Amino acid sequence: MTDIATYNFAYLDEQTKRMIRRAILKGIAIPGYQVPFASREMPMPYGWGTGGVQVTASIIGPDDVLKVIDQGADDTTNAVSIRAFFRKVANVAVTTDTASATIIQTRHRIPEHPLAAGQVLVFQVPIPEPLRFLEPRETETRKMHALEEYGLMHVKLYEDIARHGRIATTYAYPVKVEGRYVMDPSPTPKFDNPKMHRSPALQLFGAGREKRIYALPPFTDVVSLDFEDHPFEVQTFDQPCALCGAENVYLDEVILDDHGGHMFVCSDTDHCEKRRADPASPLWEGRAGGAGAGDQAATPATPIPALRADPPHEGEGKEAQ
Amino acid sequence: MYVAVKGGEAAIANAHRLLADRRRGDRSVPALRLDQIVEQLALGVDRVMSEGSLYDRELAALAVVQARGDLIEAIFLVRAYRTTLPRFGYSNPVDTGAMRVERRVSATYKDLPGGQLLGPTFDYTHRLLDPELAAGADVAEPARRESEAEPMPRVSAILAHEGLIEPDGDMPRDHVAGDITREPLEFPMARDIRLQALSRGDEGFLLALGYSTQRGYARNHPFVGEVRIGEVELELDVPELPFAVPLGSIRVTECQMVNQFKGSAKAPPQFTRGYGLVFGQSERKAMAMALCDRALRASELGEDVVAAAQDEEFVISHADNVQATGFVEHLKLPHYVDFQAELDLVRRMRAEYDARANAGPVDEKREAAE
Repeated sequence: MTDIATYNFAYLDEQTKRMIRRAILKGIAIPGYQVPFASREMPMPYGWGTGGVQVTASIIGPDDVLKVIDQGADDTTNAVSIRAFFRKVANVAVTTDTASATIIQTRHRIPEHPLAAGQVLVFQVPIPEPLRFLEPRETETRKMHALEEYGLMHVKLYEDIARHGRIATTYAYPVKVEGRYVMDPSPTPKFDNPKMHRSPALQLFGAGREKRIYALPPFTDVVSLDFEDHPFEVQTFDQPCALCGAENVYLDEVILDDHGGHMFVCSDTDHCEKRRADPASPLWEGRAGGAGAGDQAATPATPIPALRADPPHEGEGKEAQ
Repeated sequence: MYVAVKGGEAAIANAHRLLADRRRGDRSVPALRLDQIVEQLALGVDRVMSEGSLYDRELAALAVVQARGDLIEAIFLVRAYRTTLPRFGYSNPVDTGAMRVERRVSATYKDLPGGQLLGPTFDYTHRLLDPELAAGADVAEPARRESEAEPMPRVSAILAHEGLIEPDGDMPRDHVAGDITREPLEFPMARDIRLQALSRGDEGFLLALGYSTQRGYARNHPFVGEVRIGEVELELDVPELPFAVPLGSIRVTECQMVNQFKGSAKAPPQFTRGYGLVFGQSERKAMAMALCDRALRASELGEDVVAAAQDEEFVISHADNVQATGFVEHLKLPHYVDFQAELDLVRRMRAEYDARANAGPVDEKREAAE
């Protein structure tokens, strides 16, 4: 039994990688379409990112530089674990620096630092089917996608508005890809949806347990579903990051005591640390003055909107206000 | 004051070290050897082989001890190893009619060719804890007799002669058996694929579903036509050789459930069948599988699909315990980001609610989505 511990580069055997790459290529060819693939059991549990890990394992090469984040942070336990896995089975360089990574595997966030051409963002996806909670049957939802029958989703969004006065979906907010497929952006907060739109990076989505892969090739139109009179809006925070003063970034609420004391800090730890290490960097557009600096209304957004030169409709881009 | 979740790497390493310590337990107690587990916890090992879909007693035993006796965790270990193995071919179908039988009982016939053979069963034991076992008492050798040369045909073959029970059925000549470990599941599925999924499905889940059919949720009047446990030969066709090459033998449990069927537009009145086949010795699993298999044939036989056990997507999508445990347990992974988004939404909605409550009654005729 001594040969148990010998595994191929990046764990998966080459046949499996080829099978997954074929699925990825098909996904790229049909943006937003969920491609079934013969997902393998991985040495971490389903739900821990087995889909993302299989996608990463199939595309990674010895020269790649890998970054892994969970909840936007490089140091959450599962991100640490997945990073260690690839360091072990592929012996690749790893980083926490968004800009210098060639592959970024993520769970629930897109980094604040804009992605560039040549980078690949790999999402871990629990439930790839955006219609699943409206229609539990795969046989039905596949038909609905085939017929482009998305009325049910619009009715759901309308009912939200009727009941709550707003669309009550805050994460995994459905998007339409290239005017064709409705896609689940994975459970990222809707704050990150605009970053997907025409991103120069390749975005790949892997759902291991549900055996689906889908993709957004660079510069794909990704439009969050909404209504003319209820345009899509992202979350805004009333206060900047308590550590680096960043505004228009996604914040985590940290509980400080048991009297309701709390503070808001960047969810993207790499972004936050960089800002604190080099407050004068032109990257922050002179907004690194610490907590309370600057007037939020007058402040331009973080560099992300630069990627979104051409919002597809009025609903997009609200977060820049 | 703000303590970031730093040092994840050290925490993980220390957690693994503590886990290894707890797994080993008191060092003054001798460590378990794999052969002890293989020999003395054989049915646990069988379950791990069956739901892990890998016939290797020693690896299954290793998984059991590594998982501290948590069988689903052990099944997961075996699966994760199995998936890395190269696939060099598919064996010929096993002939369970030629099984070297250790146990064979039929509930439909008092006597039948080959006879009834109780074998190593708990069935008629009195469930009284045995203190002598704890004291390590010697165990007598089993009784032996010469085996009779009489063949032991499958009970389905016996009934078939009258035409009252549905035959095994034929697959088209060019049918290639599916492989759920190499192709994504698609619904609706062929029966060969479905049986594979059931065979590695969770024993507890299938047991509960099978039980539900007996209690009236898709009742189908089952009889155990036969349960048999024993060794079957495995053979592989090698293209270079004109004959099938024997690979060895494996121990399996097979259950043929016979179900009354009043007939429908699609099929005449007859006895229909549900089928269960699992690695090792596990009657409970094989029987539950057979009940579920029969229930899942509802649409094929023109029955109304009214209960969970008849719903293919429901049963097959949720039968795999490695998937189920992963997705249930993943809830303990951080979800700060999504929770934050929901928190924000609830705060806003709550503020509006409070504002409305304070403002007093409003005009009821307003359009909902205004």
